[in-house]
Amino acid sequence: MPLVASLAAAGFPSPADDYLDRPLDFNELLIENPAATFAVRISGESMTGAGLFPGDIAVVNRARKVVNGNIVLALVDGEFTLKRYRSRAGKIKLLAENPKFSDIIILDDTILEIWGVVTYSIRIL
Amino acid sequence: MSKPIALIDCNNFYASCERLFQPQLRGAPVVVLSNNDGCVIARSNEAKDLGIEMGAPWHLNKKNYEKNNVAVRSSNYALYGDMSRRVMSVLKEFSPRLEVYSIDEAFLGLEGFEDRLTAHAHDMRNTILNWTGIPVSIGVAPTKTLAKIANRLAKKDKSSNGVCVLMLPHEQEAALGQLALSDIWGIARRLAQRLKALDIHTPQDLRTADTKFIRKNFGVTLERIVHELNGFSCLELELIAPNRKSLIASRSFGRPVNVLDEMRQAIATHASRAAEKMRKQNLATANLCVFIETNPFQKSQAQYRATQSVQLSIATSDTSRIITAALKALSVIWRNGYNYKKGGIMLLDLMPASALQQTLFALPDNIASQSRMQVIDALNKKYGKGSVVIGAAGLKHGWSLRREYLSPNYTTNWQELLRV
Repeated sequence: MPLVASLAAAGFPSPADDYLDRPLDFNELLIENPAATFAVRISGESMTGAGLFPGDIAVVNRARKVVNGNIVLALVDGEFTLKRYRSRAGKIKLLAENPKFSDIIILDDTILEIWGVVTYSIRIL
Repeated sequence: MSKPIALIDCNNFYASCERLFQPQLRGAPVVVLSNNDGCVIARSNEAKDLGIEMGAPWHLNKKNYEKNNVAVRSSNYALYGDMSRRVMSVLKEFSPRLEVYSIDEAFLGLEGFEDRLTAHAHDMRNTILNWTGIPVSIGVAPTKTLAKIANRLAKKDKSSNGVCVLMLPHEQEAALGQLALSDIWGIARRLAQRLKALDIHTPQDLRTADTKFIRKNFGVTLERIVHELNGFSCLELELIAPNRKSLIASRSFGRPVNVLDEMRQAIATHASRAAEKMRKQNLATANLCVFIETNPFQKSQAQYRATQSVQLSIATSDTSRIITAALKALSVIWRNGYNYKKGGIMLLDLMPASALQQTLFALPDNIASQSRMQVIDALNKKYGKGSVVIGAAGLKHGWSLRREYLSPNYTTNWQELLRV
């Protein structure tokens, strides 16, 4: 639906009015669910293979249900970490994407909470 | 039957906001201090269990808290305000009939969900927790007063999973049986004592009391509460926030102020903040009131407090007019030789800016002044509070707020995001 139409009766209506769109809105692009979306600053290097570098901003959506392969912001025994979520045969692993870092295997006595799913990252070039 | 009303209340809201980004605070006693780190204004359950009282002065208890490993935070209203907005916007998705009652409480009209109220309430609770990370308790009942009671029981009874529905009379009766009179919304301890003197001892007594007798002895407000306890709704949902009639900007100073120049800066800063708030609501005022006071708890020091009101010839929302008037008022009441603890300004009799009338000798804010104010507000919004100030407000604030234990503004400042 067009937001604005020519109100003025005087003169010729602008032919551009029929195509009047809003300017691009980055909120619309990056934020599916404003109430559930948070921004965090990346400080570690364990996910550089996935394109997440220190200083980047990650957009985290808490409303997304985590599925295999998502990059997640997780709390492992009360510590925040950013990793790729992998669940296979009832076993959960949080994979690092940098050979210098090791994966986290979730054991029976590990307390894991998926804080949110990372949906975008923003980097200053 | 009356329509169901839910009261949604965030559990230990300030502490929950802090915990969302600081997991080390989970399971630990947490207290949040008032402005200027004065006293305790919020406690986690663990802090309540330690016997820490609401309003306990921080400086008297500091050592004791340290011994018990109590985590202390200065109040971070930027964070709490943002989290509150998130919770309220989730509620709006469940029903458009939302009354935001305070930063951490809201009433929600649930007509249309009568056959599945409990499931709906659990659904709301889980969605709020998942999306925002804030735990809430939900009470559902046919009236606001009963919804408050239901909420209280939802919090108290661990097996309820945070939801309590009291739609049926026998459920309401059983619930009232667990409470004291002063647990009821609107019944302060003094009123409870007066009721007891007239042989009304329990909530159940009050529910079955003769409404004419109640009105005669206590007035219409308590009569309404009795009707509400019986399931007849008297307090409607207020879906549109009423326009504010007055607003106040004041703070306790971080250290005593005893120089007029510093006090002038403080008052000017508060005046410009109040004026900005007022403009945001398209209001204006012709009445304002400035006050200053020493610290009444420092009994050894000389005490002084004073108020001065100013009546302007015409209502204004222009910061410079309000500052000028406020500083004039301050010069009337200022006395040298005191250590001032607090100062502030009240804007009274707020009226819609559109209703301003021109008088013979005074012009209402002209277009140039209005657009100047718009520019100031826009710049402050863009670059942060206080980026642009009217000269008198000053730039170096030695008196400004003490917030020693402030957590980062995780959700409102790009420089302070959670680092992971």
